Parts: sequence; structure tokens; C-alpha cells
Amino acid sequence: MANDLTLPRLKSDDLPIVISAGFVLVILALGSVYTVATLGTMPLLSPNYLLTQLQTGAFLGIVAAGMMMVILLGHIDLSVPWTMTAAAMMATTVGGPAAIPTGLAIGLLVGLFNGFGVAYLRIPSMIFTLGVDSVMRGLMIAHTGGFAPQDSATPLMRYLAADKILGIPVAIFVWAAVSIVIAAILSRTAFGKAIYATGNREAASYLSGIRTRWVIVGAFVISGLCAALAGLLLAGYSAKAYQGMGNAYLLPAIAAVVIGGTHILGGRGRFIGTVVGVILIVLLNSVLSIMQMPEAGRQIIYGLVIIIMLLVYGRTAKVTS
Amino acid sequence: MSAVTATTPPRASALAMSIRQNRGFYGAILLLAALYLVYNFIHPRGFSTNVFIANTNESVALAFVAMAQAMTVIVGGLDLSVGAVMTLTSCIASELVRGEPWQIILGCIVSVAAGAGFGLVNGLVIVYGRLQPIIATLATGAVAIGLALLIRPQPGGEVDLDLNWAVTNSIKDLAETYHLFEDGEAAWLQPIAWVPVPLLILVIITAAVWIPFRRTVTGRTLYAIGSSEGAAYMSGLPINRAKLWAFTLAGFFAGCAGLYLAIQTGSGNADIPQAGAYTLNSIAAVVLGGISLLGGVGTVIGALIGALILRAISFYFRILSIDPLLQPLVEGVVLLAAVSLGAIRTLRVKNRLELFR
Repeated sequence: MANDLTLPRLKSDDLPIVISAGFVLVILALGSVYTVATLGTMPLLSPNYLLTQLQTGAFLGIVAAGMMMVILLGHIDLSVPWTMTAAAMMATTVGGPAAIPTGLAIGLLVGLFNGFGVAYLRIPSMIFTLGVDSVMRGLMIAHTGGFAPQDSATPLMRYLAADKILGIPVAIFVWAAVSIVIAAILSRTAFGKAIYATGNREAASYLSGIRTRWVIVGAFVISGLCAALAGLLLAGYSAKAYQGMGNAYLLPAIAAVVIGGTHILGGRGRFIGTVVGVILIVLLNSVLSIMQMPEAGRQIIYGLVIIIMLLVYGRTAKVTS
Repeated sequence: MSAVTATTPPRASALAMSIRQNRGFYGAILLLAALYLVYNFIHPRGFSTNVFIANTNESVALAFVAMAQAMTVIVGGLDLSVGAVMTLTSCIASELVRGEPWQIILGCIVSVAAGAGFGLVNGLVIVYGRLQPIIATLATGAVAIGLALLIRPQPGGEVDLDLNWAVTNSIKDLAETYHLFEDGEAAWLQPIAWVPVPLLILVIITAAVWIPFRRTVTGRTLYAIGSSEGAAYMSGLPINRAKLWAFTLAGFFAGCAGLYLAIQTGSGNADIPQAGAYTLNSIAAVVLGGISLLGGVGTVIGALIGALILRAISFYFRILSIDPLLQPLVEGVVLLAAVSLGAIRTLRVKNRLELFR
């Protein structure tokens, strides 16, 4: 396993992506069968429907991109929900041309703080980012008084989230840009290689001269920035920031990363898998709502799909030594 | 070890060693005692039975959920479904716990058994499916919430009122409600008549389930797995059985939490944010109680103490006139500060390699 570096390992990393892409097609096919039977048309396969889904998926996709960097290290970022909300709220409060830089600065600060706690204080990321999340929530409730702030999103935020270029939502371009940057970082830069190495075995990476603490801080900063950007877009999409706007994004983001084949303990996973995972989750949600599935059924199917997908390709090796 | 016992009296050294090995646990007990004493001094009706009963009532559900979380953290896992399982069992209980006495008892048993059963399924998926506990329970948690919504699409339900009164008050009230021990007037009962029933429930279940379980081979195996699964395997310990037990007992404790919550509130509610909050608080309670998230260190009793600390902190908000808008911030800062105490360890480490897992 240690010596066969290129071919066999790539194959085992590609398997989840192929399977989840196949499952995306299955979802579309089943949904279409349903709509043909009930409505007599196939709205699921129309470009407009798919573009709308990708636009919805852009928010989740950006969050998941940042989350993947952290999961590749074997850590997790639970501060995403209130980083999103805080970025959106502070951006709408400041307003004007400074809105987006303010929001991103919030993400940067949260990321630095998370990275400091995890890399230097060595507090498990699960609990440290959870604490940071509740501090951010406290700050925002103190700031807004517990209500949705009255300030509305700036025109640029609305443009990025809700407008279209040549009939294609701008949000998709933003997601694509973020994806290209993250994919390039992971596959082309020393920092990307250092993330995989640190995620595999931090002690070995440290002894090989990688500054693992900086790598961890860097990954958390990217996660914070991505969460902040998603929050800004979401505020632009709904024209304003509101309490708890990020809560619905944490668990789906983790699920998307893991369904895409990234190992939850770090060190393995390809970025394209995360994109496929996001599309899978968004389409699954959408098809279930077209079928008018009640919330109960949606939750059950959602959970079962994750379990089944992981049983197919996410099984860990048996511990024998 | 023999060198230590030779120079100091055996009993003192045993206690000293226990303290040395469980610094987090004893620290948590001290913190809880300090927090609760000061709280009672400040409270206008401090040190009264009523305040004590009200406080324990609010702590039981979180305490059970934290105990559930502790079972899985000790084996080096994590259960993100504990809050959801609690919600599921509270919805089941809100349907079943009413009517004739035998129906009520059966309802309680079925609710808790449903929790344990769900925990067993978690365990089967994790052990035989070989999935990571975090992600597997994330998914089964969604299933549990879905089932809860199926059972109770709208909040509601009617739980037996006598039972509600009896288990949320003192032992004397319990005896009075069910005409036991001469309506609670029996002389031998008087010294303990003031004890809140919720506290009694916590103590009895901990003593009847955790303490005997910990002494079994399976119980010891939990710690072995948490410390080093490979070494536990090589030593021939029953790894699969221990993990199945850990997740089943986690489901059992979460079921107890759900049952108590249903009886306490008299209803069931498939509340997704509440389930999430309980899960996250259970992780915080586990850390506060001196259990290592890396596994192998800590006890279920520590998680119980951790949950009580979290609740004790929230009690302060009511008696100190803190602006309600600042309460979430204070809670967050306290939580972050508490977990950051674990960082002191890193300052003592001389060889940096020891910091890496």
C-alpha cells in the first residue's frame, strides 16, 4: 500500500466519485419517471431547472469546499453556521463598497482564531470550533438584539447571488471560481501537498520539514473565508441577513464532502468528489420536494442514502494491529 | 507502583493516584461544587428544597444525553445522533405513557427500549459496516428525526399527569402520589424525603447500569479500545461486542433522556434545533467532565458532572441580572474557556512530537 503510489490509489479514490455521479443520474431518472407519471412532463431535465439547482447548490458548494480543506487534515469546522451569519450580518451593517471585504475579514479572523486553537493550543477541533460557533452566535445576538437586522444586502451582493449572465446565474460562476482555486491549491501547490501529508500523519510531516501548524491554520482560514463568502451570497440571495441563516448548511456540507469520497479522518479525497457530493445532496433534496415528500420521509431518505453510499465505498480497514 | 506504596500509606497513595490519573474529573467536581454553592449563596431562596428540585429537573435530560455521549467518546468515537434519539424516544413516550398503570409502565419500557434498539443499530452499522462513528451517526440521526416526525408531526401528546407530578418533585411527593410508605409519612423516609426524584433517578440508573458494567470485561474493553484499538485487538479483547454495548448503552441513556423529557414536559416535540443543541451540549459536557475526546480516559459519571456544570452556569443568568441579549455570548465564552483549559497540557510537553496524534 505504501509503495504503489500512483495508479491503484487513484482508482480507489475515484470509485466514490463514479458511484455518486451514477447516483445523481439515478435520482434524475427516478424523479423524471415520477413527473412523467404525474404531470406528463420532464421538468427535471430542463436546463432552467438544472441551473436553478446549481444556483442553490452554489452556497452549499462553497461551504463544502472550505470544509473539505479542514476534513482533509482530519479536523472539522463546526463554526461554519455562525461564521456565515456573522459575515452576512456585519456586511449588511457596514454596507456600501466595504460590505464584502468586511464579511470576508470576519471569515479570515474566525479562521485564524480556529487555526490558533487547534494548531497551537492543540484543542480538538470538534470542540474548539463548537465553542467559537457559540461565541459568534452570542456576539451576533448581542449585536442585533436577536432579530433579523433591517439593513439590506448591497447591490453587489445581490448581483453575485441572484443575477444572471447570459442566462446563467452569477452564483454558479462564483462557485466555479472558488472550486478552481481550491482544486488548484490542492493539486498544484506545496500547501496542497502539505495538507494531504499532514492529514495522513502529522508527526511524519513535521519531521519532513512541513510546518504543520501553519498548514492547519491555513486550512481553517480557507474554511472561514469560504463560509463567509457563502454567507455573503446567501444574504444577497435573500436580500438581507437573518438569525440562524447558516444552520442548514453545516451537516449537509460535511455529508457532501464525505459522500464525495474524502476520508473523514483526513489524508485522502479529491476535490471533484466534493462537487459531485454537493450536486447529489441538492438534487436529492429538490427531487424529494417535487415528490411532495413530507419532512419526515425526507430526513429518513437523506440519512439512509448517506449510510448506503458509505457502506458501498466508505468502509474503513479492519483494525488488526 | 510498588515503590510508591512502600513509601506512603496504601490508602492515601491510592487516592493520590486516582487524583493524578483523573485530574479532569476531580477538577470538574470541584468546579461544580463551587459553582453551585456560590449560586445558592446568591439566590434569594438559596439552599431550599424547591430551588434544588427545580434545578435537578432541568438537568436530567442533558445529564442522560451527556452520559450517552460519554459511552461512545470513551471508545474513541462520537455519537452525533444522541439528541435525535432523545427526541425520537420523547415522541414515542408522549404517545404511550398514559392510561392504566400497566400501560404506563409498558410505555416507559418501550420508549427506553426503542432508544437502546436505535443505539444497537448504530453499533451494528459502525461495527459490521465499518463506518466512522461521526459520519454514520450523523446519518442515523437524520433517520431518528424523520421517525420522530412520523410519530409526532405536530408537538403535543398527553403524558400521565400523576407520573409527571411524581417524578418532578421530592421523594415525599412521589410517595404521596402513589400512596406508598404511609403516604410519605413513614418515619424512616423523613431523612431523605426532601431528595428530588430526578436526582434519585440519575443516581439509581448510574449505579445500576454504569458501575456494574464498568467492572465487566466488556466495560474494561471500552477503555482498551479508546486507548489503542490495535493493541486491544492483539490482546484478544472482545472489540466488536464492546463497541456494540457502548452504542447500545448510549441509545439506552438517550432513551432515558427522552422518556424523562416527555414526562417532564408532558408532551413530545420533534424539534430539530433542540435535538442539535442537545447533541452539541453533550459533547461540551463530556469535555468538561474530564473525558478525552481521543478516547480511553474518563467515566460516565464525569459526563454527568459536566452536564450539571453546564446547567449550573445557565442558572446564574436568572439570578444575576445579565442582559438576556448577552447570555448566549457569556455561555459561549465560558464554554470556550472551559475547553481551552485542556491546552495547559500542551505547555508542559517537552517533546513536540508528543503533541501529534
